[in-house]
Parts: sequence; C-alpha cells; structure tokens
Amino acid sequence: MTVEFWRWKEYNWHDPEIDPRDAEVLSSGVDVGSVSSQAVVMADGKLFAFSNMRTGSDSPESANKAMTWALEDTDLSLDDIDFTVGTGYGRVNVPFAGKAITEIACHARGANFLYGPSVRTVLDMGGQDCKAIHCDEKGKVTAFLMNDKCAAGTGRGMEVMADLLSVPIEEVGEMSLDVEEEPPPVSSTCVVFAKSEASALLRQGWPKNRVLAAYCSAMAHRVTSLLERIGVEKEFAITGGIAKNPGVVKRLEEELGVEGLKTEADTQIAGAVGAALFARALHLKAKKA
Amino acid sequence: MITAGIDVGAKTIKVVLLDNGKPMAKRMVMAGLDTRTALDEVFGAALEDAGGLAAEDITCIMGTGTGRSEVTIAHDQVTDVSAAAKGACSLFPSARTVIDVGAEEGRAVRCNEAGGVDDFAVNEKCAAGAGTFTEAMARALEVDLEELGKMSLRSTQAVPMNAQCTVFAESEVVSLLHAKTPKEDISRAVHDAMASRITSMVRKVGFEKDVVLVGGLARNVGFVDSIQRGLEIDCLIPDEPEYVGALGAALIAADRVAEGS
Amino acid sequence: MLANYGYTDGSGDYFITVDTDHCVECADRPCVPACPAAVLEIIEDDYGDEVCAVVEAHRKQIKYSCAPCKPATGWTTLPCTEACPHGALTHSW
Repeated sequence: MTVEFWRWKEYNWHDPEIDPRDAEVLSSGVDVGSVSSQAVVMADGKLFAFSNMRTGSDSPESANKAMTWALEDTDLSLDDIDFTVGTGYGRVNVPFAGKAITEIACHARGANFLYGPSVRTVLDMGGQDCKAIHCDEKGKVTAFLMNDKCAAGTGRGMEVMADLLSVPIEEVGEMSLDVEEEPPPVSSTCVVFAKSEASALLRQGWPKNRVLAAYCSAMAHRVTSLLERIGVEKEFAITGGIAKNPGVVKRLEEELGVEGLKTEADTQIAGAVGAALFARALHLKAKKA
Repeated sequence: MITAGIDVGAKTIKVVLLDNGKPMAKRMVMAGLDTRTALDEVFGAALEDAGGLAAEDITCIMGTGTGRSEVTIAHDQVTDVSAAAKGACSLFPSARTVIDVGAEEGRAVRCNEAGGVDDFAVNEKCAAGAGTFTEAMARALEVDLEELGKMSLRSTQAVPMNAQCTVFAESEVVSLLHAKTPKEDISRAVHDAMASRITSMVRKVGFEKDVVLVGGLARNVGFVDSIQRGLEIDCLIPDEPEYVGALGAALIAADRVAEGS
Repeated sequence: MLANYGYTDGSGDYFITVDTDHCVECADRPCVPACPAAVLEIIEDDYGDEVCAVVEAHRKQIKYSCAPCKPATGWTTLPCTEACPHGALTHSW
C-alpha cells in the first residue's frame, strides 16, 4: 500500500445553529488554488458552511465539488445562493461565479473577518505560492507581494520534504519542534537542492526531527525576508495551510519578533471567506441599483 | 611539462591531463555521496591512463567547478567561467560566446580569441536553470535523459509550459500527461522552457559568433535544438562537452607555468 | 497601494513595485509603450481602479523578461522607470 504522506485531511462543516432560510443574503466564495480548493457559504455575512479539499485535475469540476460538499446536509442548493465570487489560481474557472476577484484582495478581506479589524499584515502561504499583504481596518489591500514562481516557502515545498522523510504532513510541525538544540538551517533555498541536502543529512545520521527543524528554520527565514520587503506592521496574522504548521509559525514569530494573532477557524478558508464577503457586497450593491 | 585540470561539478568530477598542452588522459566519474573518495579514484585512474604517473609528476594541478575547494592537491583554482572560455576557445578558435550548462548551474560567457573572459552571466541556485530540471522532467515522463532529448525533436506541436520552477513543472507535466498531451510535445516544451532561461542569460552578455555549447547538457539533442532555435544561430559542440571545463583548467595551468608563476 | 510583482528564488529577489496611488492620476500611462518587452499593462484592480501592472505571463519570469534592459556589464537607467512621470515604478534588482 502506498501511503501518501502529503495528504492532509479534507473535510466539510456547517453551523447547525444557523437556519439559512432566515438569511436575507446567502453569498458564497470559492477559492480554487493549485493545491487545495475551498467553498464558503455565508448567511448575512456570518460563516454558515464550508469545505476544504484537494484540487483535482479539472478546475471547474473542483469548484463544483467543493460547493456541493459545502452544501451537503444543509438543505440548500446552488440556486439558493444569491451571489458567488471565485478566487484563487482557478478563479476564472468557477462556472457559477458572478465575478472573479484576486486572492490578494480576498485574503485581506478574509483575514479581516477571521482575525478582526486590527489586522494590518497578513502572511498567506498557500500550496504553490506565498503572499505578504498589508491591509487597512476594512480589509482593503494597501500593499502586497506575491511569489508563485518558486516552490521554496510554499506548501508544495513542505510536501516534498514530508515525502522524503515519510512523515505525514500534519505531523511535520510538531516533530520539527521536538529537538534539543536548534540545528543550522538547510542552506539551499531551492527545494530540489534542499532535498539533496536533507538526504545527505539523513545519511550523516541526523534524525528526522532534526532535518525537519533545519528545513522549517530555512523556510521561516525565507518567509521573513519576503515579509520584510513590505514590512511587518502589527497586528500580524497568518492564513493558509502553513498556519497549521507550528514548526514554521513559531520560528517565524521568533525571527520577526512579533507574535501572530491566532484563530480557532480553519486558516485555509481565508480566501474563500473574503470572496464570500465580496459576493455579499456585490449582491447588495446590485439590489440597490 | 604536465598539467592537470580537475573540474568538481555538482554531479560529476572530470580530470584532464595535458603534456605540454596536448591531451594525455581524461576521466570522468560520478561525484556521488563521497566527493573525496570519488576525487581520489578519478584522479588515480587518470594518472594510470597517462602511463602510471604519480601526482608529483604534475607541474601544476588546477581545480575548478563548484566543488573546487575540495581539490586539496590543487596548486591553484580558477572559476568555471574562465575554465569554460579557455577550454572552448582551444577547441574552436573562432569561439566568442560559450554556453556552459551543467547539473546545477548555467553560464553564458563572452570570450576573446585568447580564451579570456570579456563578460559573463550565471544562472545559479535554482534547479530550473540547469540540468537538474531536465533530469526531473525525464523522471516525470518516465524516460531516460537520452530519450528525452530525442523525443523533443519528434514533437509536432509547441505546448506552453507555465511553471518556472522544477517542482511545479513536475506537477504541470503530470497534468499535461493527464490531458493526453503527447510526450514528444511535452519534452519539447521542457527543453524550450529551459533553453529560454539560458538564452536570456546569453542576451545579457550579448552573443557573437561562433557560439559554443559545453557542459553535460550539450549532449542533449533536444536542448541543443531549443537553444539554436531560440538564438536563431547554429552552435558548435565539442565531441566531449563535459570535459571542456577540466581542459580549460589544465590549459590555464600550462599558461601559468609558462609565465613562470 | 504598493503592488509588488515578481518573485524570489534561489538566485535572488526580482520585484517590480508599482505605487498604484499614482496610476489613478496618470492620464497617458507612458510606462506601457516604453517597455520593449511589453511587460506592463493597464488593468482594473479589485477595487475598480485603472492601474499599471506587470502582465501575468511575465510575473514568474520577470528576471528573464527584463534581462535585455539589464546587460551583465552594468546599466544605469530603465526605459519604464524613466517614462513614469510620478516615480511610481521601481525595480528591486
């Protein structure tokens, strides 16, 4: 049996306390990323339902699936949704979306919702990109920087390492923190070269935890450089899959000297949340016109 | 006067021995996991080939390549760029531009008729700019490197490759295969993508005839074709392109001895 | 808004920064035709403003797209940054 160590848990959820039929506006956001897809449904701007799954080979199909899954067991169908905004790499491929908005704007808006209006700097590390965003108290973008060319500092980079070490991706963070002394970071930025470096370290007798620590440390350092290009203004928040990796988060906070805000919500849905909020605003605007 | 050039690359180690500037012996070995051992092995083998020489018989040993600091027996070191220019010009006196692509680095060098360096640009620390890229794509397509190169020439359609990173390109290749894109077309896209990164470096230094392709990647017919189409010029390729760096280093060693330094 | 287009990889950081607050005041947009490689374009951003941006296809290879204007033996000015009357365009490399 081949175990796929990069495979994190896909799931859906809805709030049983909310009756969507009471809502004036039902809006949704669908974030089709290169690696994962999320669909979020909001009832009058309150989080009602969402799904988080791996993006398939077909973007429109992934968008449909994510939406269907989010609506599962909610007694709602796509027709009940007043407006949908598509975002992410596959945003133009969300067949039922009324508009496509960039993931930069959606993550800023989503972070503002998940972390509150005090957020000014958002770091999002997605499956195949890394974004640093400045926003105002309304979640409007005032500066941004995105790197989607290079795998270093992205979820894919982490997956490559998890695969090499045969460690399930969800355990990478904790394992990397289980070291007596912080090892020197992996010296190669490039994931391909870092993988060779990690293999050499393993052959030298380094335990997996230590190798993971070295890699998470390098990743945190790399992300810090990216953030410092636009500056870190408090409050600081991290969205995307990497927020779930304490090995990178902790090292990043240490290097920046800033602690990030925390949330109970699933950080991977931030983009779709922002999109759903944009959708609500667009629907209300159209109604007035 | 015997000189030696030892080129410690990311993937292979090359040794060239020259007797008054004329080739005596050459050997190549995979650098593998233990560079030191591989180095001793390949150097020893070259000395044997040259008629059972000893290291002391060599007037000057010149190290080059990314791992040149590991060549403890070397009397001195030269950069890859200098070695490539010298080596290429000795084989092709008309060479004025040298494109040297190895496993982990790609270089564009403008040289003069003495084999000296006038200008250069390097693609480093990113696997997408060197041989590691084509190797990874060959694995993704489940063919060997030689086949990858040949397949590229049989392509009938240009297919865009959006990924600029080896890791993302692997995923893109998988998607293209999923979409039933012919492997030949994917292979050509791979070589075109890589070649365009190299030709961009070449344009930074400005290129002039004759253009010589050296380094391991010069053996890849698909890559060569993509470079030639990209620059719109036919390139000269030595019979054994991997040895040009070591050859250049050995020649520079000979020059130094002649100068009395 | 400060929009940074480009990337960072093992070989360095390559970003073109557009200060879009200036773009909204700009009538002619001379930056677009100034670039010999057609790297720049005018887009409508997420907030409805018409601003200068790096063409999507160039963002992941900006080092290579801008290479012709940045020869190895030094350069002093770039046509795009020179053309912008507001100093809204900068290159990080």
